[in-house]
Amino acid sequence: MKSRSSRGVLALWLLPLLFLTLFFFAPLLSVFRLAGQAAAEAAPQANLLERVTRPLGFTFYQAALSTLVTLAVGLPAAYIFGRYTFPGKSLLRVLTTLPFILPTVVVAAAFNALIGPRGWINLGLMNLFDLSAPPLQMLNSLPAILIAHVFYNTTIVIRVVGSAWSQLDPRMEQASRVLGATPLRTLREVTLPLLRPAILAAGLLVFMFDFTSFGVILLLGGPQFATLEVEIYIQAMHMLNLPLAGLLSAVQLLCTLVLTIAYSRASLHLNVPLAPRLQGEGMRRMRTWREKLLVGVTLTVLASLLILPLAALGARSVVRLEANRGERGVVETGLTFDYYRELFVNRRGSLFYVPPIAAARNSLVYAGATVLFSLTLGFLASSALARRARINRVLDPLLMLPLGTSAVTLGLGFIVVFNRPPFDPGSFPLLIPLAHSLVALPFVVRTLLPALRSIPVSLRQAAGVLGASPWRVWWEVDLPIITRAALVSAVFAFTISLGEFGATSFLARPEYPTLPVAIYRFIGQPGALNYGQAIAMSTLLMLVCGLGILLIERVRLPGIREEW
Amino acid sequence: MALSVREIHKMYEGKPLLRGVSFDVAEGETVCLLGPSGSGKSTLLRIITGLEAAESGQVFWDGADLADVPVHQRHFGLMFQDYALFPHRRVAENVAFGLRMQNLPKHEINQRVNEALERVNMGGFANRRVTDLSGGEQQRVALARALAPRPRMLMLDEPLGALDRALREQLGQFLRELLHETQIPAIYVTHDQEEAFAIADRLVLLNEGKVEQDGAPDQVYNHPVSVWAARFLGLTNVLPGKVVSRQPMRVRTALGDFSPSEADSTEPVGSEVSLLFRPKGVQLATESGEGNTLTGVVDDTTFRGESYRVSLRCADHSVFQFYLPDPPPMHARVTLALDPENVLVLK
Repeated sequence: MKSRSSRGVLALWLLPLLFLTLFFFAPLLSVFRLAGQAAAEAAPQANLLERVTRPLGFTFYQAALSTLVTLAVGLPAAYIFGRYTFPGKSLLRVLTTLPFILPTVVVAAAFNALIGPRGWINLGLMNLFDLSAPPLQMLNSLPAILIAHVFYNTTIVIRVVGSAWSQLDPRMEQASRVLGATPLRTLREVTLPLLRPAILAAGLLVFMFDFTSFGVILLLGGPQFATLEVEIYIQAMHMLNLPLAGLLSAVQLLCTLVLTIAYSRASLHLNVPLAPRLQGEGMRRMRTWREKLLVGVTLTVLASLLILPLAALGARSVVRLEANRGERGVVETGLTFDYYRELFVNRRGSLFYVPPIAAARNSLVYAGATVLFSLTLGFLASSALARRARINRVLDPLLMLPLGTSAVTLGLGFIVVFNRPPFDPGSFPLLIPLAHSLVALPFVVRTLLPALRSIPVSLRQAAGVLGASPWRVWWEVDLPIITRAALVSAVFAFTISLGEFGATSFLARPEYPTLPVAIYRFIGQPGALNYGQAIAMSTLLMLVCGLGILLIERVRLPGIREEW
Repeated sequence: MALSVREIHKMYEGKPLLRGVSFDVAEGETVCLLGPSGSGKSTLLRIITGLEAAESGQVFWDGADLADVPVHQRHFGLMFQDYALFPHRRVAENVAFGLRMQNLPKHEINQRVNEALERVNMGGFANRRVTDLSGGEQQRVALARALAPRPRMLMLDEPLGALDRALREQLGQFLRELLHETQIPAIYVTHDQEEAFAIADRLVLLNEGKVEQDGAPDQVYNHPVSVWAARFLGLTNVLPGKVVSRQPMRVRTALGDFSPSEADSTEPVGSEVSLLFRPKGVQLATESGEGNTLTGVVDDTTFRGESYRVSLRCADHSVFQFYLPDPPPMHARVTLALDPENVLVLK
């Protein structure tokens, strides 16, 4: 009986393992081989060490700085989410999930539309003071990178620290106050030490995301801000120095591995048994004007950080603010749908010989394929994980590995392994959705598994006793219960694929661009029309992702929480 | 008067929780706030410490209103239910916390931490983690932490509530001695009347957000002012009746006439009252019907050590319980003669 069931688990694992071996371990191995090559060829590349340490140093520097700023913004917000009830709280909570799912190119484009040379603030100031050049040089600067990173990762601090804060027994703080500590001293001596595991875990997670950030830095930072990720991309795609790219990837992998281990050790201490006796015992309404001021200011900062860039993006896509290329003199400003209309036009001088809307079609096809692949593999893997088998203990973390691997490294590995027909990126277009599935798979499994585990064994046994075959049991019992979870993970996989930029930038052929790739190429081009089209495409992508979030929030089962 | 609480009103989730509570604590006095759960005892403590604000009412210390004194400057000690020890600090660090807040020199802090731990017999535990302690040990550390800063008053919120029975009695005794010895004024919150009787110099009985009765434990027990107070204190022999004469007092009930000895009742003739029969001082009588007697069937007898507790089912199906030295046989029909001293009139 035991051998039969463990054989069943193995059968379930077969396809996911094959997939991981072919499309994760093989590319990774090839990246390491490249790194070895680079080290062996060190003689001709005399300054090799410096070419690794410089981007490495900058990567650490910007990640540390971003993490500090994110904590500075996120901790007050976490306090307010963890300790206060206020009108609009659930709406704001949904809003804070937006960055989770918005593609990096969309966020970069959104900040471009707000603070870039052709964004609202600069064009507004130029108009107001009759300036000939944008006064605010935010683009291609470190602050631009920092702001985008804060936009992305504040949510993590709010989620992790905020939930720890709401679970912190309020009597700890009260005991300190009664013993004579001022509110500030209580914060320093009691609250913060008790929250330290949560703050540490959130900080490490934020640091890891900032460390592996690619799209934001490429689009907002420009070439002079080369992090490891950007340098890998430049060396592989522009300098064609694959060994150096491989070496950088290996260094990157090592760093993320160390960070992942540190994070999982930190999150072990997350659940200190301090829960209050009642749910929401520590929650309170704002009473004094000081509390109201604190909550008001923090929420205003948070809301403007989250909403302003996205609103700027949407508005910029339907407003003409500057001259088209070739036009001179007075510009008519006003509402326009030209940027959207132009998406369907194949202009001479456009970067591709296809209309930009083709990129949207490509993206949709790839996203559909990603849903198919990742859900099939995810179902198999999570069904195996839901059963009792010793092998799961080894395979479970293996499945999560792609989560800690940068997409750029994956892209690099893909072009090294799959480099000749019929399996090169030029002739095998499925490589893109396969890479996307690799990124999506951990999310899919972590969404499906809790749903599967929530089904009591007795339900399946009852169906079995009533005469249902194992297949029939799955069809009649499991499937209806996990449909919602499946829908949520499908939306995740779909939006992940739509927005994926790191790996796609390696794999997309020029004549088959995806939306993010097209946005990246258009946004840097001169001319109001190119910029406008990039903004319009970003807006479309933002809307689709926003719809995805709404869908997820609607169908998510109340009792079951995703594990990641 | 050390502490005066005046007319405290407090709403909880839209409903009145405290409806004008007033009481005092004198120097060196231990006052027990006794009431069923949900009667607002803990909230009252939190209002006195300043952790919560009342809708109206005042708290005075030595005649000075505490309204504008923040929590950390009130110098009260509070021992929380479940103790609320800081899990990130060791035993000695927990006890030292309040002393550090007073910015005392280090050697004095160390000395007073040791003193406090010795006092609660936890001298050897200074460097232990609080999460490794048993319930009783945690309770004593919490007590040491509350006492170490030498607060001008100590408040204890159900301090024995989380402990098992044997430990409750042991630590209750210990608390009584300690409060007596230190002469620190204290408010002791509990829902357990035996605990309250054992420790209180004075009882404040809370019911539905109001002070039902305030007095010395024996006085409250012997002269409960209301049916609710009597029942809450475990005096369940209550019978409704009507005053038929005042001099001497006679009350007519469904089970006959009764003449309470105490004439301090001011109820006019014809008013509806309740009679309370104390369970002790009863004798088996030979004949019935001559007033201050109850006739019924013995429903149950339980051996209680020094005496037997006898349940008597009377004609109107009400059941009364009395303590008798020798039990009558089960199901026997008996008449009990009550001492007028043990018949009380309640409103």
